Formats: sequence, structure tokens, C-alpha cells
Amino acid sequence: MSQEKSDHNEELLLDEKWLNDWNKQKKPRPPLFKNVVSAFLAGGTVCLLGQLILNLFLYLGVPEKQAGNPTVATVIFIAAILTGLGVFDKISRIAGAGLAVPVTGFANSVTSMAIEFKREGLVLGTGSKMFGLAGSVIVFGVVTAFIVGLISAIAP
Amino acid sequence: MGNYLMAFLIGGLFCVVGQLLFDLTPLTPGHILSGFTVAGGILGGLGVYDKLIEFAGAGALLPISSFGNSLAKGAMSEAARSGILGVLTGMFELTSTGITAAIIFAFFMALVFNPKG
Repeated sequence: MSQEKSDHNEELLLDEKWLNDWNKQKKPRPPLFKNVVSAFLAGGTVCLLGQLILNLFLYLGVPEKQAGNPTVATVIFIAAILTGLGVFDKISRIAGAGLAVPVTGFANSVTSMAIEFKREGLVLGTGSKMFGLAGSVIVFGVVTAFIVGLISAIAP
Repeated sequence: MGNYLMAFLIGGLFCVVGQLLFDLTPLTPGHILSGFTVAGGILGGLGVYDKLIEFAGAGALLPISSFGNSLAKGAMSEAARSGILGVLTGMFELTSTGITAAIIFAFFMALVFNPKG
């Protein structure tokens, strides 16, 4: 046991030395920076396209208060198709949170679960596993909204 | 309601926050996106999120926090109209489009496409 521990420590020291050497070298930009920039650009682009769709619905005469709904539905539709075609995953590997945080991520998780579990049947697979990932977003959203709604009803 | 530059910048910033949480915390995407929704619901209750949507348009409308905001607003406005039971009846008033769209499109995609492998 103690032998194992000292081995482990040595390994750690080696790692630290290696890390210091590596840090002294002219290093490439850390992946965090790259990830954050990609997420910003991708997420910004998704929302820019969303704004384009929103403006299109406003232009078509949808009242401003309701224009959000068809916009969200359209974005979900696009994300679902891209997921089915296998394109979404490829973009998402670069875009990271840029596609996960907008409603595209919600649509992707529902669609990919629906397709993935088709092998267990349309009822027991697609039907019951569809919200396997996105379910938590709905549950915690509803619980939060329930508490918020109660507070607003009791103490407006 | 918003313009292209603001939609890009604010929408991008939402995703930067998400990416930082993805990369710097041990939380899973499920935890983080649920957290966004909860935060959106609270900001919606405080009336802050709608101002953000007015300002940033799709930049605040599309991030998943907007889902929490819509849930909270549906519950609150129906509760104001028809009493405390409105919290239950109004909950999905504003979000039904998104949930219905996700179910319908995901279902038809599952009919059309087969799982890989």
C-alpha cells in the first residue's frame, strides 16, 4: 500500500516536471480559449439566424408578442433535421455550448434520443426515451416556475 | 424587438457562460442546462428576462433560459387572471409551441432516420 502510494507520488512529481517544461515552451493557445471563442461565434450565429427568422415572422404580420413562438418552432425544426442528417453532431463538436445552450441543444437531445432508441421500438424506445436528456430541463423549469408562480399569486 | 448585432452579442455571451461552466466545472451539460432554465425562471419572476428579450431579441429568446422564463410567465399571468389554480393551468401556456414542436419533429425524424451503428 505504502509502496503504491510513493509510486503514485513519484508519478505526480514527474507529471509536474513535465507540466513545467511544457509551460515553458511556446505553447499553443489553451483549448479553453478556443472553446470559448467557438462557443461565442457559434452561439452568436445561431441567435443571429434566429433574429433573421424572428424578423421574417414580424414582416409577415405576426404580432410582436407572439412572434417568438414560430421562431422557436422553426429553430427546433432546423436543429431536428440537422440532427437526423448527422450534421448537428459534427458542428456541435466544434461549437460546444454554442449549439447546446440555445434551444437547438434541447431539440438535438430530444431528436437524437428519439432516433437512437428507435431500435427499442417506437413506443418503448422513441416514445418513452425521447425526453431522457431534455426531461431534466422541463422538470426543473416547471418546479421553478411553480414556486415563482405561487409566490407571485400569494404576494403580488 | 432586438437587432442583429445585439442578438449575436448577447446570444454569444449566453453560450460563453455555458462553455465556461462546461469546461471549468465538473457539472454535466444536463446540470448546466437545467441551471440555465432555473435561472431564466427566477429572472422571469423578477421581470428581468423580458427586458433582456426586448433588448436582445433572439439573443435572449433562443437560449434555454428563455424556456424557464416562459414557464414562469405563463404560470404568473394565469395566476393573476384566475387565481392560484392558474399556476397549474397557465404553466405551459407560452411554452407549448416549443415542447410540441420538439415532440413532433423528433418523432418524425425518428420515423425517417435510423440509428447509426
